[in-house]
Amino acid sequence: MSDLFLQYNYIIVIILMMTGLYIVFASRNLIKKLAGLSVFQTSVFLLYITIGKVSGGQPPILIEDKGYGADKDGHALLEGTIQTAAGGASYILPGPGSDVLYSNPLPHVLILTAIVVGVATLSIGLALTVRIREVYRTIEEDEIEAADFVYNLEGTAD
Amino acid sequence: MSFLEFVPDWLLAHAPAFLMALPLIMAAITAILPNKRVAWASTFIVTAILTVTAFTIALYNAEVGTTIYKMGGWAPPHGISLVIDALNAPVVVLIALMSLITVIYALPATVAEIKPNKRAPFYAAFLLCTAGLLGMTVTGDAFNVFVFLEVSSISTYVLVAMGAARDRRALSAAYNYLILGSIGATFFVIGVGFLYMETGTLNMADMARILADLDGGSRVAKIAFGFIVIGLGLKLAMFPLHTWLPGAYAYSPTPVAAFLASTATKAALYLLLRFTFFVFDPSYSYVADVLMFVLVGLGVVGMIFASLQAIFQTDVRRMLAYSSVAQVGYMLLGIGIATTASVAAGYLHLLNHAIIKGGLFLAIGAMWYRFGITRTEDFRGLGKTMPLTMGAFTVSGLSLIGVPFTAGFVSKVNLTFAAADSGWWWAVAVIMVTSILALIYIGRLLLVAYFQSPPVVNGEVVVRNEAPIAMLLPMWTLALASVFVGIWSDTMVGMAIRAAELLLGAG
Amino acid sequence: MSNPEEKLGVDEFGRDPHVLLRVIAKFLIPLIALFAFYVQFHGDYGPGGGFQAGVILAASVILYALIFGLAEAKKAFPPRLIRYGMTLGVILYGGTGVVNLILGGEFLNYSNLASDSIAGQHYGILAVELGVLVTVTTVMIAIFYAFGSRQPETSDEDW
Repeated sequence: MSDLFLQYNYIIVIILMMTGLYIVFASRNLIKKLAGLSVFQTSVFLLYITIGKVSGGQPPILIEDKGYGADKDGHALLEGTIQTAAGGASYILPGPGSDVLYSNPLPHVLILTAIVVGVATLSIGLALTVRIREVYRTIEEDEIEAADFVYNLEGTAD
Repeated sequence: MSFLEFVPDWLLAHAPAFLMALPLIMAAITAILPNKRVAWASTFIVTAILTVTAFTIALYNAEVGTTIYKMGGWAPPHGISLVIDALNAPVVVLIALMSLITVIYALPATVAEIKPNKRAPFYAAFLLCTAGLLGMTVTGDAFNVFVFLEVSSISTYVLVAMGAARDRRALSAAYNYLILGSIGATFFVIGVGFLYMETGTLNMADMARILADLDGGSRVAKIAFGFIVIGLGLKLAMFPLHTWLPGAYAYSPTPVAAFLASTATKAALYLLLRFTFFVFDPSYSYVADVLMFVLVGLGVVGMIFASLQAIFQTDVRRMLAYSSVAQVGYMLLGIGIATTASVAAGYLHLLNHAIIKGGLFLAIGAMWYRFGITRTEDFRGLGKTMPLTMGAFTVSGLSLIGVPFTAGFVSKVNLTFAAADSGWWWAVAVIMVTSILALIYIGRLLLVAYFQSPPVVNGEVVVRNEAPIAMLLPMWTLALASVFVGIWSDTMVGMAIRAAELLLGAG
Repeated sequence: MSNPEEKLGVDEFGRDPHVLLRVIAKFLIPLIALFAFYVQFHGDYGPGGGFQAGVILAASVILYALIFGLAEAKKAFPPRLIRYGMTLGVILYGGTGVVNLILGGEFLNYSNLASDSIAGQHYGILAVELGVLVTVTTVMIAIFYAFGSRQPETSDEDW
């Protein structure tokens, strides 16, 4: 049980995810649904950050002026895998036994992309809400459905 | 093949990146073009180039085999790779070809349905949607799939909302689609996050290798699979997650409805195939359970319920939308049985249904363009007033039912034989029942159009008023294509079998 | 609220009711823009980059519009320029990729941009981040203009 409380990040992720989904399903107001969608997407960002955390990790910058035999504090780096980058330049990355621990930049990049996607979706949702407000004079979903019900009964307008 | 010798080397080498990048950059330029005709022309040129490139790499793939393109020069698994193999080459050709056909159709259609100052942004959003769909299909990196999935989905929300000029219910349909589509994409990205947690990589081929070493993975991989199936299921309109589809197809502008019906759900179905059989494997017990109970179960329920719902619609566009949900059920049944023959049949139906549904939506769009009709009872006498358009609708409709010598017959026969080979006789019965239901809702329209006299308006019988040539050409191309596939079916069936062997033969 | 395009002026006693806001905004808005450029170029060495910098730069323009009125902001950043800016950013990013294709590598392979492949990677990243900055800034400002220009439906008495 104490293991569960040590991983409080995941509990927060689940709480936010379920809260966001409940807000989307249960609200009858268009803006509130968009707010719930944002909460739901935020829980996903938190999940990615949680799995990307490396305890004691340095920023993943290779220091150029020191030789690749030592890191910035002068600790000797054990030879790790030789990675060949585009263009043929080769870098020696710190291997599993070296004294320097780099944190992984990949999950942060994934979250940044997901945040941008979330912003774009939110802005389109808000633009649609503004247009619905102008056409239907309301943003409550049941009033919109009632207006459309009458519209449906009369048949399509030619 | 002699055609490949005429293609310049750089095009063949960089074709996948070209497919992804050209519509993206041209979309940004098309959005600011001042003249509507120039915007249409640039869209037409871009889609024509995309179609030629897609055919080229499909031919090259048929000769040479799988090609992998390293984006940015970084080798996978650290870099993003673009993969063209037997599974996605036909889908790429389908998307490019349907975008070209829809752009030709859109020249008169947008004059009637979209305001003049919104036409250049409409074509820009259309190019963005094409870029997203093509990118989704050629990429070999799981997170890149999410990015392009969202690019295509967001531009789809905008395209559907543009139908508000003609029918104001498009706005709430687009909003509903936005909420459900974003939830689906977020479920997909949660699944990708769990997969990254389990395997440490985002490259799909690398994930497959690591999961095979781990023999199916731990509970994390099971959760990932669940989230991915639900997320993609929402995008491809699997039965209980299909509620966005009727509104989005019915109230959007007609070229958009035809394009979406033939490409958006098909690209999501391709992704489901890729993740279920390539990244994960049917030999893992949890995958087999999901295939049996979720895909087959929901597919069959969707087939029956959606066909029944299609019968009771008065609006033709909604009827075709529910019919699409039912046809997706056929494909899910094929995937769920998980033998080479059945997956090939499901894949074949994916390609055939795109051709059929595209043709049907283009035909009824032309009928709206000339007469402004969308309800079934308004179709009286269309056999006399619009004979060519109604002819195209009839050919595509008969193909949907599954009349011999049409594409629908080929895919249904293959699916029935595959189900019978595995001993699933109840599936054969369900296929027969739903074909009869399709006969009811399509046949009703054909009866009304051919056997009732044209309506009398203002005291005069309506005379013949055919659709413009820019609309007739695309819909007859698709109708004739479905007949062609029905008669000379070897090429398509061969492509489907090669795709299924790639998935199931590789394990 | 009355028409958002109306210039903020003085009240009936001849005093400017928003003098505090305006003085502080005139001081802060250039600092916010400078911070945006700092975040943009710091993206090579720490958290930062095109998207974050673009949003901060757009926030400075939006703050200007909120305090001095939408009409003033539209005079300073005309909507036509904003529309062209969106396309310019995408062309910068895609164009870098196409230039790399022409110079002989794959799409978006920055190594060939300079004689030394490490410097080439540096130039490539700078170029694409600049494209991202331009696009994000102009898109955010365009969204604000689109929402801010809608005519309000309720008049002052109905509030």
